[in-house]
Amino acid sequence: MTSISEQFGRDEWTRFTPKQKLRRWAILAACAIAIVWSLSSIEVVWMWVWGAPAQMGDLFGRMYPPDASNLGTILNVLWDTVNIATFATAFAVLMSLPVAYLAAQNTTPNQATLWLGRLILVTSRSVNTIIWALLFVAIFGPGVVAGIVAIMFRSIGFIGKLLGEAIEEIDKRPVEALEATGASRLKVIAYAIVPQVMPTFWAVAILRWDINLRESTVLGLVGAGGIGIILQGAIDTFNWPEAATVLLAILALVILGEVVSAFLRRRIL
Amino acid sequence: MLKITDLVKRYGSGDPVLKNLDLMIEGESVVSIIGSSGAGKSTLLRCINRLVEPTSGSIELNGTELTHLRGRALRTARRKIGMVFQGFNLVDRLTVMENVQSGRLGYISTWAALSRSYPKADIRRAFELMERVGIAHYADTRADQLSGGERQRVGVVRALMQEPEILLADEPTASLDPKTSEQIMGLLRDLARELKLPVLINIHNVTEAKEYTDRIVGMRYGRIIFDDQPAALDKAAMDEIYSGSPHADRSDPLKEAS
Repeated sequence: MTSISEQFGRDEWTRFTPKQKLRRWAILAACAIAIVWSLSSIEVVWMWVWGAPAQMGDLFGRMYPPDASNLGTILNVLWDTVNIATFATAFAVLMSLPVAYLAAQNTTPNQATLWLGRLILVTSRSVNTIIWALLFVAIFGPGVVAGIVAIMFRSIGFIGKLLGEAIEEIDKRPVEALEATGASRLKVIAYAIVPQVMPTFWAVAILRWDINLRESTVLGLVGAGGIGIILQGAIDTFNWPEAATVLLAILALVILGEVVSAFLRRRIL
Repeated sequence: MLKITDLVKRYGSGDPVLKNLDLMIEGESVVSIIGSSGAGKSTLLRCINRLVEPTSGSIELNGTELTHLRGRALRTARRKIGMVFQGFNLVDRLTVMENVQSGRLGYISTWAALSRSYPKADIRRAFELMERVGIAHYADTRADQLSGGERQRVGVVRALMQEPEILLADEPTASLDPKTSEQIMGLLRDLARELKLPVLINIHNVTEAKEYTDRIVGMRYGRIIFDDQPAALDKAAMDEIYSGSPHADRSDPLKEAS
């Protein structure tokens, strides 16, 4: 079967054996059944689905034209939103540094600190920003502070994880060289590790700021400050023209954030 | 003076990579260690500055026993042992000056290191040494902008910044082209004379070992089987050094170190 002479003269070849083919078809059928089953189990009210286009048209009709009479307040609160995202990202970046240090296998002092670092990362990452916000609104009361802390708690896990992985992937040879000069642990970190993770650090910080900008726009829905409060208020009072203005403002902000982060990425990296 | 007595290194529970090895380096001689891959050359060098932990035996540098040092005492001892690496081991994203000054990290305060405010004497010494090896004009250039030969010069200057009492070079020319390789070997030989510094070089290129070093140590799987002037390294000795298999040599208890 393997020798050249035995292979020679054969004119048929198949990628899969019949048994493999059978198994592939079985997997495909199983996936199809799973999709059909899950669709039937979620009890979709199909009447509402088919009515959606009409509802959408109706909503647009009520939103148009957007009411800009409250634009001053909206822009003001939008600025709050930017500040929530920026402060939260800055604090989170600072606080994620020691966490990343603990969570990276090659820098963590011992096994216990490694698990501590990973526990912090998992805790932070497994809870959604909105859930954190609900928690901190209960603690700090409604407002910007709860929003900042909520976003910060979610960001620490994100930044810490990516930074920790960057630390684990560094070139170990400069580290060895500096250890050989008799440099202390801290100096080795400052000279051999920090320069190597710097590009990742900036890239992750900018990316997280970008994400936080979007997340901070919905924080108001649970009372944690920012533009979401006004959006909630407009929807609750059926003030659709103002809701339209708020949505447009958020869209403009997100696009602006995208432009700024793209610019920073190009300048710094 | 470097005095190695009865050194044994065993990785895990396998056969020893270094078997009861004795070696003495006196004065300012340039000594090369030759031997096939896996002979234990690199391990021997790394045992000296404890990048590798010796299993047993003694390593003494100018009266200091190195094998049992811990923490601060180990770092103080390492300051006096310079090392040059095959892959240069520079920090690519730092400037040449920062890389060179990192040889002083064992001496300066943490604040001086973090703020890059190096002592004037260190800066002067750095420029002198960089001028000596021909890289002074690269002081502000990032290390990854340099060619291989230039990068190894940075590596050499970084090691010399430590004001070492011995210089270890682990295949310093293996990643370089033949011409650059000869330049670096010549540089190591000349610097050893100028700074009155003993130099221990692991090397695969026997021709260069003969030309640039005062003494050749031949290793075969954990043992030193040749130790003499370059002129004494004849065909028979070469065959002896580069024959044998790692497993048979390491596990054979009858063949004791010469």
